[in-house]
Amino acid sequence: MSWPCSLRSREADMGVRVQTADFDLATEYQRLRDESGQAGAIATFTGLVRDYGDLQDVRGLFLEHYPGMTETVINDLIQQAHKRWHIQQVQVIHRVGELLLGEQIVFVGVSSAHRTDAFAACQFIMDALKTSAPFWKKELTDAGEHWVEQRATDLIQAQQWDQDD
Amino acid sequence: MSQPIQVHVKLFARLREELGTGDLTLALPPGSTAADALDQLAAQGEPWQQLKGDRPVMLAINQAMAKPVNSLQDGDELALFPPVTGG
Repeated sequence: MSWPCSLRSREADMGVRVQTADFDLATEYQRLRDESGQAGAIATFTGLVRDYGDLQDVRGLFLEHYPGMTETVINDLIQQAHKRWHIQQVQVIHRVGELLLGEQIVFVGVSSAHRTDAFAACQFIMDALKTSAPFWKKELTDAGEHWVEQRATDLIQAQQWDQDD
Repeated sequence: MSQPIQVHVKLFARLREELGTGDLTLALPPGSTAADALDQLAAQGEPWQQLKGDRPVMLAINQAMAKPVNSLQDGDELALFPPVTGG
């Protein structure tokens, strides 16, 4: 059994993945469990593609990103989370390219000894990602396309974490 | 007069589509700021004038968020993009 080898390859995967392919929640959850040793809690968040209501008959989204900066920004958010809470492992996955309504778009998983730290770090990373990671959504319809505008509510949600310092 | 600096400009999302390019190289006087780069691009007329318009333009220098007052060095990557909408 090549356990040490497979363990190493999983460690290399933890952190940030930007990909066109879908992901499997059970696989990602198990990976966090395997990597986290004595964790008492794993909090995960999965975001799904929804209709933003800017256009009628939206069939899906196109997701563009800034390769390189995206990974740097999210890795920095993970480091900030490590400084603020007692957490163990973090996995962030964000999909890009064309996605249909209802498809999985983003995953954040955090392991910790305690649920409060896992919940808080998971929500912080998700809120901060929405307003600082360089991704852009375009709504796709049979009649045309439309770049989604940033929501003021997302900025307010992310700013709540500033006041805690 | 010293040699101009070369800055690699990257455009994303709505700006990339409306300006018709995702990459260009800009020659600027030494000591130029990101605001100077925006001024020079906007001076090309429509559709580039929108870079100085009402809609917010975010800046990143070498893949880190930046402000218009930040200065540029030769070889820097300056990215211009609309407010982000991921997640």
